[in-house]
Amino acid sequence: MTYIDKVSAREVANRLSCSRRDFLRTTAGVTLGSALMGASPFLRAESARRKRKVIVITFGGGARDQETFAPEGQENIPHLLQELIPQSSFFTQVTNQGILGHYVATASLATGVYETLNNFSAVPPDHRTVFEYFRRDLRRPAHDAWVVAPSNGFNRIGESSWGQGWGATVVLPKRLLGVATSGKTTDYDHLLHDNYETPLYVPQLAGSEFELQQLETILQLSVDDFIQHARTLSSPDELSVYIAKRLMRLQAPSLLWITMHDIDIAHSGAYSLYIEGIRRTDRLCAELWAAVQSEPEYAGKTTLLILPDFGRDADEDAGGNGFQHHRTGDAASRTTWMMALGAGTRQGMVFDHPVQSIDLVPTLGAMLGFSPSQAQGKVIGELV
Amino acid sequence: MQPRNLEAEHFAGYPPEARKLAVANLALLQQLPLGFLPGFLRELIDYDYKFPQERAAIEAELVVLNALTPEQRAAWFAPFSNLSLSSGLERFDWINQPAQFLEQESAYLWTTGQQDAFRKAATQYNDRLRATSPAAPLPMRRLGIAIIGQGVGSWDAPLFRNLRSHGTWFKQIDPDKGFDLLLAGVEARARAHAVPYGHWYVDGGQAADHSPHLTCLSYGALEPVRSALLNYIQKQIQRPGMGPEELRSSLARLLPADLGVEQAVDPVLDRFRLKLLTEGSGTQIFSTTFAQWTAREVLRRAQPLTLLVRFAPRQRQRPMNELLSGLQGITELDLPGSLIDADMGAYYHWMNQQRLPGSEESSFLVWFEGHNQALAIAPTLPRGVESASAINLASLLSLAAG
Repeated sequence: MTYIDKVSAREVANRLSCSRRDFLRTTAGVTLGSALMGASPFLRAESARRKRKVIVITFGGGARDQETFAPEGQENIPHLLQELIPQSSFFTQVTNQGILGHYVATASLATGVYETLNNFSAVPPDHRTVFEYFRRDLRRPAHDAWVVAPSNGFNRIGESSWGQGWGATVVLPKRLLGVATSGKTTDYDHLLHDNYETPLYVPQLAGSEFELQQLETILQLSVDDFIQHARTLSSPDELSVYIAKRLMRLQAPSLLWITMHDIDIAHSGAYSLYIEGIRRTDRLCAELWAAVQSEPEYAGKTTLLILPDFGRDADEDAGGNGFQHHRTGDAASRTTWMMALGAGTRQGMVFDHPVQSIDLVPTLGAMLGFSPSQAQGKVIGELV
Repeated sequence: MQPRNLEAEHFAGYPPEARKLAVANLALLQQLPLGFLPGFLRELIDYDYKFPQERAAIEAELVVLNALTPEQRAAWFAPFSNLSLSSGLERFDWINQPAQFLEQESAYLWTTGQQDAFRKAATQYNDRLRATSPAAPLPMRRLGIAIIGQGVGSWDAPLFRNLRSHGTWFKQIDPDKGFDLLLAGVEARARAHAVPYGHWYVDGGQAADHSPHLTCLSYGALEPVRSALLNYIQKQIQRPGMGPEELRSSLARLLPADLGVEQAVDPVLDRFRLKLLTEGSGTQIFSTTFAQWTAREVLRRAQPLTLLVRFAPRQRQRPMNELLSGLQGITELDLPGSLIDADMGAYYHWMNQQRLPGSEESSFLVWFEGHNQALAIAPTLPRGVESASAINLASLLSLAAG
């Protein structure tokens, strides 16, 4: 079996990192960061910090190198490569050492701790979330922190089991659509089949999720208009971006977290649908960045961070079935990337050193001025 | 319960051949750690329904393990013994429900950060096992054939990208009677070296007429079973307290008779059919996924000498706006999407074939059905090159398979 290199997970992770770096340097014209670090451009003044907006997008559902940043995958992410990366600080080696399920991994991203909750249960994270730190430490009102998430399983991600009401409001656009269209379409059930790992399972809701009647009061959107607009969209992630843009315009939250999920259709085993999901997510990330530039409340003072929750299994791992799942825990499924662009970031930089997905919350804390006391990650120095 | 407390009567619920094997090797099983043994029992409990190659592998593994000295055994299993398992797992009926135990163990290992250690232990164990049991030479070169793109009129995007560096890309293939020629070639191999479950034909649509020497599975023939399974799942998920783990356990308990799979002629194949649909994600919905997953499982389990897989178009995934429209349109096919799925499926077919013994000598052929593009991989063919030779598929098959 000579075609499979016997190398350690660390070597594989390094190779993944190098392939991204080399590709980005030749294609996008970005610069290797470590040797060129200068003074931080970050806006440290307290007044600037107060006005600062942060948007986090999880490039959802897990995507591998060969379908994204490797040369053969570049055709799938034209917007990231041509529009966003040249403006970004790009981290080539972001590892996730935790459980590779989408809800638990996203919860880990949001707490800075590798959570161990049941991925398929609607339960809150065991540690305080970034939203709670942000709102409690900075005394921010409820409308300043929002989560837009794809599936019902994410409805508890806004606030930890520690409670106390400092969490984010969670909008589940598909759930809203399901309630709004209840009885109006026979395919309502299909719309809720968003957990692609267990496509027929829909967990019961419990928590402070956004209610249907708030559509009008908060998003100034009638149920009919909401349904009408949904009819023009092809996927749940498009609906999420639509809602996120309404939130940006009408509520202008300072901390907005958007979880994409279309890519996870890969669990169905249809490679073409997985690729379609990647291309759509690529386009939607660019749309959101364009929205940031066009909204006065966001333009010039927003930092956008984009990162997958994790990757997917490598073709070479006999324990998996390639792109279809993320079950082996191999290097390809644990190693991803992150880009940061906008206010306070250095443009066109690539950083090769390893960071962990749990480093996000401490880094956001340093950016925004809160203290994530329970988080176990480290601050990413290049972003503060 | 710990393995050291195992007794012969604990295997009373096993099928007869599996029980006989377990009891005959009881002393060995008692010495294996709990972090390892249920994984072995998951295979053993299905021994009566295994393919010949799988049975031989279980028997060979037992021979190797029985021959180890106590010191060797301790060294082989130390990484598994070092895993820390919960008391709940120890209390679980891992003897009679090893697959369910492994699901719970896997969740526990992920939760406690021991998954990587388990993965390393399993890889090391398999490497050691392979090193002690060299594979016997094959009676003929192993051959895989993938036929992709059925129904696609024209296609400008590149094909076979993952395979090109491994073989010769032929661009002047005569497509006339292509499928018939390939099927005939496969049938000839089956007649020449008749081996139980040694030569397979998998079809993502309706199977064509074929020789009884071939073991055949088709997506079309399984339609009633797929419907029965989807109905079963719908009923299960409406039960109070049903979650994904419970649903998976419920599916694992299904028997061929529960879904009408049983044909009473070949219980081994009946079980295999059922597992394709209950264990394969997406196999119930997309024919391309069914064909790819079936190829993987046939190769992994039956280790055939010949495997011909013909992909067929899958149903189109309807976008959200169509679902919202409420219109119940006829099921449409996604021809381009199916070709992309199958192109990747062919690559995985080859990858999985290369994991089997004799990979250095094996051959592989993928053909864009009805068109003049094919790619062949064989020890005798150059790699990473293109050929403009005008050739039909019978000749290409001879060239590849020798």
